[in-house]
Amino acid sequence: MVPFAGYSMPVQYPAGLMAEHHHTRTSAGLFDVSHMGQLRLVGPDAAAAFETLIPVDVIDLPVGKQRYGLLLTDEGTIIDDLMFFNKGNDEIFVIVNGACKVGDIAHIQAKIGNRCQVIPLPDLALLALQGPQAVTALARLAPGVEKLVFMTGGNFTVDTGSEKIDVFLTRSGYTGEDGFEISVPAAQAEALARALLAQPEVKPIGLGARNSLRLEAGLCLYGNDIDTTTHPVEASLNWAMQKVRRAGGAREGGFPGATKILAALAEPTGAAAPKGTRKRVGLIALERIPVRDHTELQDGQGNKIGEVTSGLLGPTIDKPVAMGYVDSAYSAIGSRVVAIVRGKPVPMEVSAMPFVPTNYFRG
Amino acid sequence: MTIKYTPDHEWLNVEGDIATVGITTHAQDALGDVVFVDLPAVGTTFAAKDVAGVVESVKAAADVYMPVTGEITEVNEALRADPSLANSDPLNTGWFFKVKLSNPAELDALMDETSYTSFAANA
Repeated sequence: MVPFAGYSMPVQYPAGLMAEHHHTRTSAGLFDVSHMGQLRLVGPDAAAAFETLIPVDVIDLPVGKQRYGLLLTDEGTIIDDLMFFNKGNDEIFVIVNGACKVGDIAHIQAKIGNRCQVIPLPDLALLALQGPQAVTALARLAPGVEKLVFMTGGNFTVDTGSEKIDVFLTRSGYTGEDGFEISVPAAQAEALARALLAQPEVKPIGLGARNSLRLEAGLCLYGNDIDTTTHPVEASLNWAMQKVRRAGGAREGGFPGATKILAALAEPTGAAAPKGTRKRVGLIALERIPVRDHTELQDGQGNKIGEVTSGLLGPTIDKPVAMGYVDSAYSAIGSRVVAIVRGKPVPMEVSAMPFVPTNYFRG
Repeated sequence: MTIKYTPDHEWLNVEGDIATVGITTHAQDALGDVVFVDLPAVGTTFAAKDVAGVVESVKAAADVYMPVTGEITEVNEALRADPSLANSDPLNTGWFFKVKLSNPAELDALMDETSYTSFAANA
């Protein structure tokens, strides 16, 4: 157990990180992620108000769908990344990172003011069921979930056999696998977790495997790969900013740091990028040596060109994988860089992400 | 043959003037799944407490200290190829390196099994 975001959390269960990682990739893993922050934005102006905080299309998100978003400082750097869901009836459901939730809620309340209600939901737990067998295990208790596709969700009733538990869930997650995130009242979280763990496909998974799974899936960890020193363009999160919010879009700009971010989006990329521009890239070590966060990256001549922000031996890819920021001149797939691990040079190659193919269920 | 232990959770199996060095069951348990070991070069001389290698698990990287002063005579290539031996068989086939003792008197400062067992229980 380790302290994390003010909670005591399991790094691993007795099976150990490797076994837990492989189990999630092949069967179904259950994660207790109740440290995450959950909140509701309620009111006829909620979508328009929330859209002023994030560089993302909120207004046009259909009812029943989920989307990734980024809270930004006035300089355009990243306060947190989040998921939001259009519940209909003028309500948006938001999930933010546990370590950031107090600040996030204060930030959202301050920015939104009285345009809509901002309602934190501290009494909700969150369980993630992830892996190719997650749908089989969950549909046994909550028929109908198998009909959802990736990034959609709704209200369901889980029948544990001894009680019926009303939950709100989405078909999404943080592992690169098919799966669900299940929001449940704290008082019923244990009963739900036990019911899921009683399914033959399901085993408990700790924070360690959560990290190795998300890194292989190419997903950022807030605090490591993105933070208030990075903006979405250098973080390679352009995909999260829909056209409608970009230059020439119907609702261009109008989010914190828009001037800077729209300018960054307009700049040439790769070798043509302005001097001093950096990019978040995936990296694979060419020798079997794990390259961890804060490892310096150099060109072949000993000049610093970047730094690793997350790195480990990927259990599924069975190679040392990492994410980090490099000078844009080195950001093209296939570029060679040198990581300095305990004083020794380890060659690395810039790689496309995800490192392991994702298995999201798209119907 | 004498078995000695260090406060860094390493063991030495001393036969004549050669000590075989590895990490203890407690150490591998604390580390979790070992995925990488960095072993010293044969022929290199280290002073006691020098960093002679690295053992990395999926959770963390830890230095492997030289428990005694001496010269590396052999390293475990099988462990380099399959670092999980440090978890599955830490006291035997998961050994790290062998060292020719420069000063056998240094062994007197190390723990025997009884002392180490109680030390590890409180670690």
